[in-house]
This record gives sequence, structure tokens and C-alpha cells, in this order.
Amino acid sequence: MLKTFVCRFTTASLVLALAAPALAATQLTGAGSSFVYPFFAKAFYQYGQENKDVTVNYQSIGSGGGIEQFTAKTVDFGASDVPMTADEVKRAGGEVLQIPVALGGEAVIYNLPSLKGALRLTRDDIANIYLGKIAKWNDAQLKKDNPGADLPDLAIVPVNRSDGSGTNYIFTDFLSHVSPEFKTKVGTGKSVQWPASAAVGGKGNEGVAGAVKQTPGAIGYVELAYAIENKLSQSMVQNKAGKWAECSLDNVKAAAATKPDVSPTNFSIVDTAAATAWPIAGYTWAFVYQNPTDKARAKITKDVLAWAVTKAQPIAGTLNYVPLPENVQQTALKTLAKVSL
Amino acid sequence: MTTNPPQRPNRSAAQADRIFLFTLWAAVGIFAATMIGLIIQLIHGSWQSILTFGLKFLVTSTWNPVTGQFGALPMIYGTIVSSAIAILLASVIGIASATFLAEFAPRRIAQPLASLIELLAAVPSVVYGLWGLFVLVPLFRAYIDPFLQARLGFLPIFSGPIYGIGLLTAGVILAIMILPTVSAISRDVITAVGREQREAGMALGSTKWETTWRIVLPAARAGIFGACVLALGRAIGETIATTMVIGNKATIAASLFAPSYTLSSVIANEFTEATSDLYISSLIELGLLLFVLSFIVNGLARLLVNSVFSKSEGR
Repeated sequence: MLKTFVCRFTTASLVLALAAPALAATQLTGAGSSFVYPFFAKAFYQYGQENKDVTVNYQSIGSGGGIEQFTAKTVDFGASDVPMTADEVKRAGGEVLQIPVALGGEAVIYNLPSLKGALRLTRDDIANIYLGKIAKWNDAQLKKDNPGADLPDLAIVPVNRSDGSGTNYIFTDFLSHVSPEFKTKVGTGKSVQWPASAAVGGKGNEGVAGAVKQTPGAIGYVELAYAIENKLSQSMVQNKAGKWAECSLDNVKAAAATKPDVSPTNFSIVDTAAATAWPIAGYTWAFVYQNPTDKARAKITKDVLAWAVTKAQPIAGTLNYVPLPENVQQTALKTLAKVSL
Repeated sequence: MTTNPPQRPNRSAAQADRIFLFTLWAAVGIFAATMIGLIIQLIHGSWQSILTFGLKFLVTSTWNPVTGQFGALPMIYGTIVSSAIAILLASVIGIASATFLAEFAPRRIAQPLASLIELLAAVPSVVYGLWGLFVLVPLFRAYIDPFLQARLGFLPIFSGPIYGIGLLTAGVILAIMILPTVSAISRDVITAVGREQREAGMALGSTKWETTWRIVLPAARAGIFGACVLALGRAIGETIATTMVIGNKATIAASLFAPSYTLSSVIANEFTEATSDLYISSLIELGLLLFVLSFIVNGLARLLVNSVFSKSEGR
């Protein structure tokens, strides 16, 4: 009995072993943004479970590296927290199709042990804090925005992300939208020169959150998922519609849904006008060539990405990314349909 | 004693000699080629930045990727000062502990203690960085920095607002990281000092302490100095631990409590997301500077060793 079982088992595994190369699993490679990595890792694993003949290997080497590898044609697709610019597309040598694949918000976190209830900041307050113009927590403007709150006579330490990151890009994009002064003095970028004299830089979400936690009076910004998972105190922010909004998955989704026609040249979704919109949010973009040379691989890549922007979005939700709004999913699919196969 | 001419080696032995010699040349050649290749690559990579900024790169303090203005002075300053703090602390503690372990500690506990110190070298630097951020930074912010400011606040280096994060904390983290290098090598060097010298000291009526201070340590000082130079090299190049606690701000402040930046930290922070050519080129030039800085430090140390020790050791 046991013997036959063993025998069968060996035969079965032998057959499997012989059959496996025959299926010749296609291995796709992507590279780029580290922000999107947790989502891609889980989603592509799931895809591999459902489609045994495809494995997708995603390298989170950073957006800059992703664009580089994509341009060098060493990967099937790239991903970046900021879409490729016209210059970068030109250098890539060929039409590039870019689609939004993941949506994330950024929470404003702070360390004020004496404050009960959530801090309230207007958009101008945040800009002025990061410009160094509001330097104390008992500033008259902050008192006005937080009636009745116990705001101490304590220096504000604005903490920024020191590493080049999409997180920085979105945050500075937001500040440039709401403050002309920030726009001219600092500008928008993955790394910028922060003007406040009290500013401190931390590397990564953990570096910013660590610095904020360790420093009474500090304020910072981290990815929403990180803030939720680590239960950090988050500020409410007055949005463009004049409403006080908290940073939540729903409010980020509301902000994104106001702009269904996002494109690589018009991708900013900060400071949108929806009533419940959270104003600091942005997409990660994936890109493929419109006229690929290896049509068979391109077909599979297209299928994988189409799946990622639609069916895989609930997976993104479980990881505290914001699932793409329906209309943005449609925009992404429409763009993907342009791949010439 | 007569000197016999060496036996004429047979052919295969001569061949073995040649192969042996070739292997040695090759081993050295690989090193040399790597270094030369590295220098060429660094200069090639930073060429655009060198052409654009020239020497201004070394003396300006703006680091603004948005406008494409790059100057490395704050990072050069931060690298030198944090490493100086580190080597100052690590050499004092390292040499003292090495002396104790080699000369005074009972043998039963000397070996376990030495292993313990060497174990510090096996801790990954990212662990040091996170430990620094979550343990050392609060300690410095709440106790050590205020203490220093209260006692020595009249000195500019201990003035200004206290964050916990900053140059001083970075220097201390670095000191802990390079301590095993200083301590372990110094201990070996001290142990290697001849028994005769110690006995001679004792015979002249010196106490144990006098023998150690007047005879053993001076005899070992070239080796101890070498240990410190090696450790300093590591402090200059250390990246992740410094990045976590130094505050990553490209400014030069008089205070050691202020946030600062090091050459390697900027590279670690910004290289992965840098896209414009000039930006990448400037980051590579920081790497070149780091290389040059280590080179200068090593050169100076060698000069110092030669000038200070050559007479006393009769070379």
C-alpha cells in the first residue's frame, strides 16, 4: 500500500518535473518605485497563483532606476512615483504609454503631548510652517484655527523626508499649489532645499516618523499606510472646499475621483475641490512602450498591468493604499489598449 | 659560520617560484587596477559637474536639486566634524579598554570582554542607525545635550536649539561603531610588545602602571595610531547609521547640536531618485570627494606617523 503510494508519488513528481519546462513560464521583470513595491509584491504573487505560466519579478530600485532600466530596455515595464517627463520619454526612444497603478495619500503627523483632540491646520499654515514663517505652536494663526486648544509655547520642528522620494514630490507639489511663495522659493521636486531654519530631515517614512516621535513640537508627513499601521497622531487639514478633512482612504479616493482624466502631463491630484477631499495625494505610474519589439511578452505585460489596475485594486486596499477610483481604472485600461500588438 | 651558495634549484622548483611570484604580482595588481579603475570611473562620472561648477563645488553651500545648484561644503564639513568627534571618543575609550584588557584584566575575564567588544563590529549599521534614532536620540535630547548646554553653553559648539538629532549624536554613533576596530587592533599591538621590555621596566623599579604608561604604550604607539587611522577611514565612509541620526540638512552651523549632512548620506538619500544628468554627476562628484578626503586623511596620518615616530624608533 505504502509502496504503491510512494511509487505513484514519484511517478507523479517525475511527470510534473518533465511537464514544467514544457509550460515554460514567462518571467516578466519590472523595476522602479519603492512606494508601490508592497502592493506589486502581493499582487504579482497572487497573479502567479492564478496564472501558473507567468511570474512577475518586480525590483524596487527607486523611480530613477526604474526609468533608467526601462530606457535601457532591460525590463518589461517600469514604475515611478512621478510620470516620465517629455525629456525622459524622448530619451527612452519610442512612444511610451504611462498608466496610474496605485494611489496613496500622505498624512500630516505631529508630536504635541499637551494637545487633546486632533490638530487643525489650514493649507496656508502647513506652507508657512515649512517656510519657517510660523515657528511656534502658540502662533496667533494656529490659535485661531484651533479654538480652545492648549497650544504650548514650543518651537515647531518641521521634519522632511531627506531621501529623494515621490512622497516629497507630492508634498512639495501640494505646498506649491497652495503657496506662491513656496513655489518660487522652493519649488516642486523629489529632493528640495527646505528653507525653514529649524528643519530636520529623516530618511524614509521610518526616519520621519522616528524624528517626529522623538521630538516634542515636531511635525512631519508620511505615507498614509505608514501612519495608519503605526497609529500616529494625524492633523486635520482644511481643504480647498473649506471643509476640515482627515486623511483617510475614502477622502483620498474622493480627491482622486474629481480628476478621472489624469495623464502623464496632467497628473497632479493635490488640493482638489471635492467637499471631502484630502489635499495631499498622488499616483504611482507604470510605463510600457507603445510599439514593443517582442509582441508576445508585451501582450503578457499588458494583461498583467490591466489586471493590476482593476482586479488587483482590492489587494491594494488591504495594504492601505487607496484603490483606484472606477473612472481612473477606465482611463488606465484605455491607455493600455493603445499598445500595438 | 660559513655561507654555502644556495643549491641550484631544479627546473620544476624554478617554475613553481615563477608561478608563485606571478600570483603575488597578480594579487597586488588586482588592487591597483581596482583603485585606478575606480578613480577613472569617478572622474568620468562627475565630469559634467566638474565642468559646470569647477572649484565652486567645494566652497558653496547650496544643494538645490530643483534649480540644479550644487555645492558640497556643508557635506564636507559634516563629514569631517562627525568623524573627528567619533575618532576622538573612540580613540580614548578604545585605547583605554585595550590597555586594560591586555595589561590589567585577569585573564579569565579578558578574553570574554574582548570578544564582547569585537561583537560590536558584527552589528549591521542599519541596526545602529535605528537604535540611534529610537534610543540614543531621546537620551541626548532629554539629558546629555541639556547637561552640556547648562555647563558649557557659553561655547558656540554647545549653543542653540536641541533636537537630539544632529552632529554630536552622529559622532557618538560612529564612535561606538569604530570602537571595536581601535580596541581590538590596539590590544593585539600592546600584547605583542616584548616581554623583555616589560621585565626591564620592572627591574628598574617601575610599578605596573609606570611600565605600561612609560614603556609598553610608547612601544606600541605606531600600531595604535594605525588602528585609529583604520577606524577613522570607516567613520568617514559610514552611511546608513549617520543618515538616520544626523538630521540631513545641508547647512553649516557652529553648534554640534544642529542637524548636518555627510557626503555619503547625500548619496544614500538622493541617488536612487536622481534623474537629471547634472544632478547624478554632482552626486558622483560627492563620491569622488569622499574618496579624496579619505586619501588625504590617510596621507596626513602617514606623514604624522613618520615624523613623530621615525626618530624614536631609530629608523
